[in-house]
Amino acid sequence: MAEPLLRVERLHKHFGGVLATNSVDLSLAPGEIHALIGPNGAGKTTLIHQLSGALKPDAGSIFFDGRDVTRLSLHERVQLGMARSYQITSIFRGANVLHNFALAVLARRGSSVRFWQPLTHERSLFEEARTLAAEVGLSGREQVIAGTLAHGEQRQLEVGLTLATGARLLLLDEPLAGLGPEESRRVVALIAAFKGARTVLLVEHDMDAVFRLADAVSVLDSGRVIASGTPQSIRDNVEVKRAYLGEDLPA
Amino acid sequence: MTQKGLTLGVLVVLVAFPLAAKHWDQLFYVSFASRVLIYALTASSLNLILGYGGMVSFGHAAFLGTGAYTVAILMTEGVTSAWASWPLAVLISALFALAIGAVSLRTRGVYFIMITLAFAQMTYYLFISMRAYGGEDGLNLAQRSGFGFGLDLTSDLTFYYMVLAIVASSLYLMRRLLQARFGQVIQAIRQNETRMEAIGFPTYRYKLICFTIAGGAAGLSGALLANQSGFVSPNLLQWTQSGTLMVMVILGGVGYLWGGALGALVLLLLEEVLSGYTIHWQLGLGCVLLVVVLFARQGIAGMLAALVGERSFERG
Repeated sequence: MAEPLLRVERLHKHFGGVLATNSVDLSLAPGEIHALIGPNGAGKTTLIHQLSGALKPDAGSIFFDGRDVTRLSLHERVQLGMARSYQITSIFRGANVLHNFALAVLARRGSSVRFWQPLTHERSLFEEARTLAAEVGLSGREQVIAGTLAHGEQRQLEVGLTLATGARLLLLDEPLAGLGPEESRRVVALIAAFKGARTVLLVEHDMDAVFRLADAVSVLDSGRVIASGTPQSIRDNVEVKRAYLGEDLPA
Repeated sequence: MTQKGLTLGVLVVLVAFPLAAKHWDQLFYVSFASRVLIYALTASSLNLILGYGGMVSFGHAAFLGTGAYTVAILMTEGVTSAWASWPLAVLISALFALAIGAVSLRTRGVYFIMITLAFAQMTYYLFISMRAYGGEDGLNLAQRSGFGFGLDLTSDLTFYYMVLAIVASSLYLMRRLLQARFGQVIQAIRQNETRMEAIGFPTYRYKLICFTIAGGAAGLSGALLANQSGFVSPNLLQWTQSGTLMVMVILGGVGYLWGGALGALVLLLLEEVLSGYTIHWQLGLGCVLLVVVLFARQGIAGMLAALVGERSFERG
């Protein structure tokens, strides 16, 4: 097996008396889609916060591409190639779709401490932004102000901005949250489209989507990884059934 | 009307104004207009961080005062050349802003407001304690800064045109900056700082650079103000002064290119007119501010934008 792209070792985080992350080990091979499931309050988002750098763990280490990134800030990790999306949509609501993507492209192009040339004159920037918009299915919506997009489109933009960082590892926090079946199908197709090209840690409640997309699944309960393996082995795992999946498990 | 046409019109009026004042023998107004222009620069520099960068600084007077004192102190020590003291005023104020910003920008929201206020008050007391340079009483400038090239800044007319040239080019630079990468990044940080970091921008660094630039620009306006009034005092750095600058920005239009200039004009005009009737002129100002905050949140620039059509006054 290839060297893992992301390796998490004995990660700990507690808030007061609550152990939100309890000795979590995790390993993602390059190109795999690894789903992280678990009941509400299991600590999934807290884990994403620590992996992305928004939250400092109390103990443990995070290695990305063999490099210890535990102490790096959010933006430093993005520059190395790990980017996240948000469960609660976080986009530039006042700017149009194209401008949203242009900002993400800009972030990859070195320093923006430039004071003279108007941004709108930077053609290649907006060309790349247009390509990205098309990639996530927002063609023809480039001039629409992001805050006025339909909810599903905003979620596409949310995932799109994460994609636009060019990151090799994507940490997607419930990309399907609040989506109808049709919108959901579109975002699932989007994630399936970069399967193999990017490595994905997918936090998701939608079990259909999880079992359709994931190469591997880890189950989090009360901050602890209680099971990890292929989707089939997770389906068959008795402990998992008891903790979480219950009767909802698709046959 | 296009933005270019509008800007040109304003420039023509500003260039013609002293000639008209001279014609009707009302040279007092030239000096007043210089003051308005100088404050237009101070308020605009605050608008850069407050309106565009979303950094609500309540200590901007510190940089205005530092610039003014730099010129005054250098003058006391025998350095009269504008070529030395004005750039130094910019440099020292900018470095000062860099230091204050480096600490303050680690905080958010109301803590940022309070910490900038605290730093400004510290500076205020620092200048009060400097007995050698007037202490509480302030410091008179023996003369205006010398410029050379046959330009005599002691003439109010020449000084006015000097101020106009400096303020106009500063505002032009600010407009360039806002439309360039740097300004676009700053404005995106105001919109959604978390996301900017999540797509890879070191947002703290960008905000600090912006804060430093604004401090330098305020310092430049301070250097001009010291020359205009021939006097500096710790009052220039007091928190009420920071408050006045904020009122200018809110009155004129937070995050509008013309916001600072319009706010400075209206506030100083109100002061000039109302203080002729009563020493409680600020009561009148308070009423105007209330009306703006309640009924025209976008300020005067925002109102004009609605009148002449969005494009002429567009945000950033």
